[in-house]
Amino acid sequence: MDLFEYQGKQYFARYGIPVSPGDVALTPDEVVATADRLGYPVVVKAQVQVGGRGKAGGIKLAGDAAQARAHAEAIIGMDIKGHKVKRVWVEHASDIAREYYASFTLDRGAKKHLAMVSAKGGVEIEQVAEEDPSAIARLHIDPFEGFSPEQARRLVEEAGLDEEARAGATDVLLKLYRCFVEGDADLVEVNPLVLTPDGRVHALDAKVTLDDNAAFRHPEWEELAGVAEMDDRERLARKLGLQYVGLDGYVGVIANGAGLAMSTCDVVNQVGGSPANFLDIGGGASAEVMANALEVITSDPNVRSILVNIFGGITRGEEVANGIVTALARVDITVPMVVRLDGTNAEQGRQILSTVEGEKLVSAASMMEAARTAVELAGVQR
Amino acid sequence: MSIYVDESTKVIVHGLTGGQARFHGLRNRDYGTKVVAGVNPAKGGQDVEGIPVFATAAEARQATGATASFISVPAKVAPASILEAAAAGVELVVCITEGIPAQDEARVYSELRHNYPGTRLIGPNCPGLISPGKCNIGITAGDIALPGGPVGIVSRSGTLTYQALYELKEMGIGVTTCVGIGGDPVPGTTFLDCLEAFEADPETRAVMMIGEIGGTEEEKAAEFISSQMSKPVVSYIAGVTAPPGRRMGHAGAIISGTKGTAKAKMDALRAAGARVALNPTEAGQFMAEVVKSL
Repeated sequence: MDLFEYQGKQYFARYGIPVSPGDVALTPDEVVATADRLGYPVVVKAQVQVGGRGKAGGIKLAGDAAQARAHAEAIIGMDIKGHKVKRVWVEHASDIAREYYASFTLDRGAKKHLAMVSAKGGVEIEQVAEEDPSAIARLHIDPFEGFSPEQARRLVEEAGLDEEARAGATDVLLKLYRCFVEGDADLVEVNPLVLTPDGRVHALDAKVTLDDNAAFRHPEWEELAGVAEMDDRERLARKLGLQYVGLDGYVGVIANGAGLAMSTCDVVNQVGGSPANFLDIGGGASAEVMANALEVITSDPNVRSILVNIFGGITRGEEVANGIVTALARVDITVPMVVRLDGTNAEQGRQILSTVEGEKLVSAASMMEAARTAVELAGVQR
Repeated sequence: MSIYVDESTKVIVHGLTGGQARFHGLRNRDYGTKVVAGVNPAKGGQDVEGIPVFATAAEARQATGATASFISVPAKVAPASILEAAAAGVELVVCITEGIPAQDEARVYSELRHNYPGTRLIGPNCPGLISPGKCNIGITAGDIALPGGPVGIVSRSGTLTYQALYELKEMGIGVTTCVGIGGDPVPGTTFLDCLEAFEADPETRAVMMIGEIGGTEEEKAAEFISSQMSKPVVSYIAGVTAPPGRRMGHAGAIISGTKGTAKAKMDALRAAGARVALNPTEAGQFMAEVVKSL
């Protein structure tokens, strides 16, 4: 789960990482009230999960209440690269002497944590990596051994941070690592990490991606997820506990297993169609899960046909077929549906499906044939 | 021959007394796997359909000489179970548990390297491994796999693995060992590990490798295929249509920026000399051709 900047800053604050005082606001009135409380000048920042907010006019400095209101009215509701601004973060403006960069992430290849620190902050780190890779100090951290104050000090030095920022930056790095590990993040990034003229180091931005798998030990995440950028289909799927990713095509895809679901989307594409979604219903295929899946798929107005691709392993073909038949009685399907059932006891399963086969439900023997039929039945002109 | 397991492998099932562990543990035994012990801290001294249950993995190993552990306990406790098995001296730990936090996984991987270098972890979030006719640890339906080789399979995806086993069986092609390495970001065993083992196994004469988006393990495997592998490799990579930045079901199946795309992996494998199929069915057909030409 990607956090908005303001959520990331609140997350940082829990681990003692210094951030500017501020608050989130939904309306111009709230922006002005918050700004009055914080004291001018303030910065009004659009909360969208996309880069380039500043360039798009989504980050503005306000010296008084009138300016704050004008900026709030311009920014709230603004469209930034397809993301509509619903809320802004208002914070007391910081004086900036220098801008740095710091992040922690998991390097999958090395199977270790990777720390990156640079004295060149405030610009996209990918750009720095391309133009001046030596400006980024990197350190692989053994997750079992952890990150020591000595390692943090050396990293800050190696990155060439200014003398007066080093103690503060070392402290922030150690706290940021704790936030990354104990906070169960896949990524924590501060860009820029700033040095103020009076010698303080603090996080001016916050990019945090949380690991959904760790939600069980962070009940407080539920609140964060409430405002996550999700479309209606994804919100419904999440509520029903399904692994769903919305795509922009018109063939609704249901499969068991993540690999098979991905593969099904690929095959739809190969035969000239376009998948409306990725949906993995997991190893089994009970009537309830199948009904939930169909409910999510049919809530998508773009769906013109449905492709159900199930491989029976431990779950036997006849159980899957019975699940589909029961689900069909619960959910009203208005578009044609193609079912491909293979694996253990697939033959018995297909026999059960044949009792409900008709114009709306077609059975297919192979994955390719199922995909072709589903695309054909969608009837979309290509 | 086979890799990692054979007919002599003796297995401890963690949490054998109930739930998923009991269901799959007994299935594995019915298949012919030597399931010699169960572990449950509260139920030591009992038995499950004749399989003795011990309070700890250490006791279970000492009493039975078990060489492998099967872990399907919930994500909250799975990391501790993996380390318990390793500490007991078990050589092979198969963990099918889905949903283990990435931080726990990275720490466990690292701790195994430091303290228990003799233990190989397969998974987590995988279907397990099967050497048809000899040993099945995990959730693969044994009857969809034909014994005898000459094909070795390694895969990040469960259902695509079943699909591959099934298609090969339909064509009368047997399998030496099929390893599901799992869909998480830090798998205990990688494509590279399995390719090395298959290359060294005389009975495996061709390898099917099923990858997906995310990470760079397929690219590493491609380097090995081009430089050190003498046996033919057929590959399939899922996720050509996956959008960047989204997790496609598996925690590890995510394109980060421009890294980990299906195309990059397919290109690398093709350049390494592997035959790259565009869908699972084609992968089966390619393998049939390869086997015919052996």
